[in-house]
Amino acid sequence: MIDLELVTDNEQVKEEKFDANSYLNMELLRFTTAGSVDDGKSTLIGRLLYDSKSIFEDQYEAIKATSEKHGDQYVNLALLTDGLKAEREQGITIDVAYRYFSTPKRKFIIADTPGHIQYTRNMVTGASTANLAIILIDARKGVIEQTRRHSIIASLLGIPHIAVCINKMDMVDYNQEVFEKIVDDYRTFATRLKTKDIHFIPVSALLGDNIVNRSENMKWYEGVTLLYLLETIHIASDINHIDLRFPVQYVIRPFSDKFHDYRGYAGRIASGVIRPGDKITVLPSGFTSKVKKVELDGKALEEAFAPMSVTVLLEDDIDISRGDMLVRENNLPRQSQDIEAMVCWMSDKPLQINGKYALKHTTKDVRAVIKEIKYKLDINSLHRITENPSIGMNDIGRISLRTTKPLCCDAYTKNRDTGSFILIDEATNVTVGACMVID
Amino acid sequence: MSYTLNHLKTLESESVFILREVAAQFQNPAILFSGGKDSILVTYLAKKAFYPAAIPFPLVHIDTGHNFAETMEYRDKLVEKLDAKLIVGSVQDSIDHGRVAEEKGYNASRIRLQTTTLLDIIEKYKFDACIGGARRDEEKARAKERFFSHRDEFGQWDPKNQRPELWNLFNGRMNQGENFRVFPISNWTELDVWQYLAMEGIEMPSLYFSHKRRVFYRDNNWLAESPNIPMRTTEVVEEKVVRFRTIGDITSTGATLSSASTLNDIIQEVAATRVTERGGRADDKRSETSMEDRKKEGYF
Ligand SMILES: Nc1nc2c(ncn2[C@@H]2O[C@H](COP(=O)(O)OP(=O)(O)OP(=O)(O)O)[C@@H](O)[C@H]2O)c(=O)[nH]1
Ligand SMILES: [Mg+2]
Repeated sequence: MIDLELVTDNEQVKEEKFDANSYLNMELLRFTTAGSVDDGKSTLIGRLLYDSKSIFEDQYEAIKATSEKHGDQYVNLALLTDGLKAEREQGITIDVAYRYFSTPKRKFIIADTPGHIQYTRNMVTGASTANLAIILIDARKGVIEQTRRHSIIASLLGIPHIAVCINKMDMVDYNQEVFEKIVDDYRTFATRLKTKDIHFIPVSALLGDNIVNRSENMKWYEGVTLLYLLETIHIASDINHIDLRFPVQYVIRPFSDKFHDYRGYAGRIASGVIRPGDKITVLPSGFTSKVKKVELDGKALEEAFAPMSVTVLLEDDIDISRGDMLVRENNLPRQSQDIEAMVCWMSDKPLQINGKYALKHTTKDVRAVIKEIKYKLDINSLHRITENPSIGMNDIGRISLRTTKPLCCDAYTKNRDTGSFILIDEATNVTVGACMVID
Repeated sequence: MSYTLNHLKTLESESVFILREVAAQFQNPAILFSGGKDSILVTYLAKKAFYPAAIPFPLVHIDTGHNFAETMEYRDKLVEKLDAKLIVGSVQDSIDHGRVAEEKGYNASRIRLQTTTLLDIIEKYKFDACIGGARRDEEKARAKERFFSHRDEFGQWDPKNQRPELWNLFNGRMNQGENFRVFPISNWTELDVWQYLAMEGIEMPSLYFSHKRRVFYRDNNWLAESPNIPMRTTEVVEEKVVRFRTIGDITSTGATLSSASTLNDIIQEVAATRVTERGGRADDKRSETSMEDRKKEGYF
């Protein structure tokens, strides 16, 4: 067994005296992995953690022992995320694993997702909250159907940045032409994706080329390493601070004499900014009022913005409950019972035309009936199949539906929170559809 | 003006959102309170989420009977301070009633037995959601868990067939007899927890800070001398300066040699450490998948 050189004494960390203040002001980047089965996603995450010295000794010893037991030639870094018994037996990822690490520049939340088509729903789970997707491609195989499916999903989910890692370069002699051919193929395909910020990096996840350290084997590559990209990519402008959307989550009414008349509207700001004195409109009722106070834990705030969780108090006593939304009079979301959306289907049982589903949107629960399937996407050509389209497990398509009550929504491309909803099978209570409202 | 939220505030906001979602979606939720830093954090976040109203959940302590005295003292003070409701499920009772059998031998532990007591309590009080302080960075099976984790009518977790969990939309719908475990601090790391506790000035149990204690060495761990842990004749008790990184049942919680005596010292120590906090937990070392196995049966 080839042991990776283990950093036992952590000199680097100890020398740079830990600065609590700089740590407090770190930015958080959430990213996800995607790509076909065995392209090396979990190995790449393991390598990223290992080379950035984010692995603990006992974790390393544990995966080394397991690798030895399996008779592996190398310490299998994929075991750092493939933690379930079934995953280790089969050597694949089944469900998302979340891992955390930080460098002096940023703090990261990683969602390592499965490549296997059967577990696409778990890939969607991991990708739905990501700011960046790392899409892996096996250099020997190039762009294949699952690469396209995951790229389309990442783009539909509005992930603003994509890093395409062309992996296993060690198995193609670190050949520049192989890399460039795949970059060309991917670019041709990607012209039809919404995500425009796409980066390409040739890597070997197994051996560590261009993950944290620059590759000695690919001098021809002049771009940055993956970690450098993750540390420096500009994400601050990804949040919408313009359109105020405050879905009321819960009404706080204390049972105490001191706070007898207190009525606080609790929720997380989906987008925009809210301040005391602001004039607001309550949807769907249309009542207007003024913000008296914005607070959390009894502490008044001068202003609050997405994605803060706060409690809002109003000047007037009006009837507001969970599922309502506070917005500004001159900046209203769409209010409609007829919704057009892209759907990513996640159930064995195909989507039923005229079928009724429970629907969850922001903090609101309604029921919906499917009116029409407009088309299904052909994953390979990105063509729209309009003739008798049916939407089954892992299919992506466009639907129209009608809800029992109006939804206050925005296009998903403008607002990931108010533009997304899920469909739930009312018999099993399982989440079956991930939907994105169309412009 | 730039509207950026640092990562601790981002995590706080996420956790408060989840806690409020539990109050809104379930009829009868509870917080599983172990007395460790994570359940203390969850309890404080719950106070924040609903202030000035009281925390709308009781605290449930599944008591193995093998506790550090300091934990009990802290628990009772906290309950009083927050005016919370405490429900204790006793593993000793489960043993006395023949629901479970005590393990035997030097490494006997009541960790696994807690599952039966917990499931009995859930049934007795008809809890439909139990809020836990588990974090994904603690352990490899926990790294796979959803925020809203569905349990079947036997309390079991099916890791191969979890519900999709998209965006910030949490589906708490279930059939009769089923329930949920909810983990509001899933995305926090050990360092985040300490940074936040320090930032907020939250008083913590004395066990987390360095102190002198009579301990003995077993399986790469310093264990506290206790009437609940039978010792081998070859094992020798020594006095050491230690602290605990995690607090659980006394029989399976190892101490770390440490002189960290303030929150700031702890933060420095955690930032530089090379072993995980559960590295000292005998309950995880029983087999490669002991946490996953316990979770499938209905453990926290
Ligand atoms: N030679 C070589 N092998 C690699 C490289 N990266 C990964 N592998 C091997 O490819 C196999 C699959 O790797 P994983 O990391 O499990 O792949 P994955 O993409 O996570 O697979 P799923 O999660 O199941 O979709 C393992 O045997 C790895 O050791 C690489 O850069 N070079
Ligand atoms: Mg994998």
